[in-house]
Amino acid sequence: MNVTNVATTPAREVNYAPRVFDLATTPLRDLNQALHQIADGADEPAWEVLNPKGSHAVAAGVDQPITIEVRGSVGYYCGGMNSKGNITVHGSAGPGVGENMMSGSIVVKGDASQYAGATGRGGLLVIEGNASSRCGISMKGIDIVVCGNVGHMSAFMAQSGNLVVLGDAGDALGDSIYEARLFVRGNVKSLGADCIKKEMRPEHLAKLRELLDRAGVKGVKPEEFTRYGSARTLYNFNIDNADAY
Amino acid sequence: MTYHNPPTTPRRSATFDEYTMSEIRRAAATGIYDIRGAGAKRKLPHFDDLLFLGASISRYPLEGYREKCETSVTLGARHATKPIELKIPITIAGMSFGSLSGPAKEALGRGATIAGTSTTTGDGGMTEEERGHSKTLVYQYLPSRYGMNLRDLRRADAIEIVVGQGAKPGGGGMLLGQKISDRVAEMRTLPKGIDQRSACRHPDWTGPDDLEIKILELREITDWEKPIYVKIGGARPYYDTALAVKAGADVVVLDGMQGGTAATQEVFIEHVGQPTLACIRPAVKALQDLGMHRKVQLVVSGGIRNGADVAKALALGADVVSIGTAALIALGDNDPRWEEEYQKLGTTAGAYDDWHEGKDPAGITTQDPELMKRVDPVAAGRRLANYLKVMTLEAQTIARACGKNHVHNLEPEDLCALTIEAAAMAGVPLAGTSWIPGQGAF
Repeated sequence: MNVTNVATTPAREVNYAPRVFDLATTPLRDLNQALHQIADGADEPAWEVLNPKGSHAVAAGVDQPITIEVRGSVGYYCGGMNSKGNITVHGSAGPGVGENMMSGSIVVKGDASQYAGATGRGGLLVIEGNASSRCGISMKGIDIVVCGNVGHMSAFMAQSGNLVVLGDAGDALGDSIYEARLFVRGNVKSLGADCIKKEMRPEHLAKLRELLDRAGVKGVKPEEFTRYGSARTLYNFNIDNADAY
Repeated sequence: MTYHNPPTTPRRSATFDEYTMSEIRRAAATGIYDIRGAGAKRKLPHFDDLLFLGASISRYPLEGYREKCETSVTLGARHATKPIELKIPITIAGMSFGSLSGPAKEALGRGATIAGTSTTTGDGGMTEEERGHSKTLVYQYLPSRYGMNLRDLRRADAIEIVVGQGAKPGGGGMLLGQKISDRVAEMRTLPKGIDQRSACRHPDWTGPDDLEIKILELREITDWEKPIYVKIGGARPYYDTALAVKAGADVVVLDGMQGGTAATQEVFIEHVGQPTLACIRPAVKALQDLGMHRKVQLVVSGGIRNGADVAKALALGADVVSIGTAALIALGDNDPRWEEEYQKLGTTAGAYDDWHEGKDPAGITTQDPELMKRVDPVAAGRRLANYLKVMTLEAQTIARACGKNHVHNLEPEDLCALTIEAAAMAGVPLAGTSWIPGQGAF
């Protein structure tokens, strides 16, 4: 499978060197504060972070349309609450990458730990490797594309948005799901409570095509996926459904 | 001669009392547990079981109205560059838009602002009503993350990570379909009219080590400006307080089992968690053991009703108290003026707690546009401000009588207890004795 990353393309032409922050010599706080102090319309679209070495909260709370290349692996909550930023992690990401993301994009070149994209409200999160358990937990509008597999309880209580998995999904996919849409190309070990297989209609194929294109995934057809979503039987409490939980 | 056996008086069971039997019949008929609002209604050891000793020969009182008794408090100076400054040691607890109407949230903001204190959002995001009308607003960070967004996080004055609440330590939120209006549904990203049971556990962290990293992230996002509170239910106050402090909290909010909820199972409200009175001393002990008492502020809530309760909580070591149910009553909740309508709902003023049904005659716990018109946010806000000022004045009156020039100078030595239980829980002597039961490890 050939994955090229359109999301990392800068929003506009850059004709000068990116601002470089080396976390081996500069405190994390300085990096994040510098990112937050970018004024609207400022000409600082390209940033580079060196030696993250598993640091937590790298590029958390970005709210400008900038491009950030993180050269290495990060700890918890990289790109947390990201708004408009385009972040690429050239390594793997710890728990909660892109948690509560508002918009923009985050691409993880390696694997991601638990709760990738948790409660995300918008934007695109691409995991080029595998994502661990609870990927897309409680997602609220984000689009997540995982090129490998996802672990158990992925899309738990997922409210809105799309989760695309090119590989397999673990146990209890989409448990207690609301209105999010799940597309899995490989096998699903088991479905969670109230999550069912659904018909792939033309609008779903079109949406999936768009998501794959945005994520830069080539050589994969939407028709290879199965769609899953809510049976909506648990939306209003009924005592006779109590054993479903 | 005929002899009649004397009849015995019909005897009701103490175990199967009237309420218990009605609940069995209700469960049998409906097949669902009882859900209601408010906090524990059973009789519990509480602040009423404590008394102040007042001044005597060994300590002299301060003159009321002449000698100053300060009430101001600063929260969050441990790590935050913009700590919270309050004029009074009483705040408004987190209550969600969704469970409360927009006008009720606005009234809370107005009242708190007049009185010089803070309000708190809830499990439904931040509304313009409360941000606009609250000078100081604490933004709750809840497991559901409904309405959570970067802009609101940055325009909050403090962030409160909610781990638990007194009415239901270990339980999540609940908002039933009747109250999921279009506006509420949009803020929560949920379909209209569904029963919404929000998560009890945060989606992206578990345990004290993760919490430390979560706090770091929130500080990084807000550039270390805003105080980070951690709210816990009254479950294991010593350890939870210690772990919150260890994780980096600026403020610990501790909610005992009398603390209210918008909607939770009755069995949860009445049978899980500890009374507020039992929670304060262990939490204070944890702060003292870590050398953090008065550095990390302790906010206590759950059944605070008057200035005496405020003074007693502070004397036991709290820095601030917080009110929810009492604030709603000040706005007009359960007011006898709506008695006729309470009767139609099968209840009576003072006992109405079906807040989840959205039919509140007082217009507070509802999303019904007609009912919520009954709350005039300006007038209700004024009532709340009056009430907050009265409570403060009452607490000052007691503090002066104990010879204190700041309400924070009240101390356990100013108190005695009326019952053995209260003496043990509060760690103060039983009245007329020097006996403090239950001393030893918490």
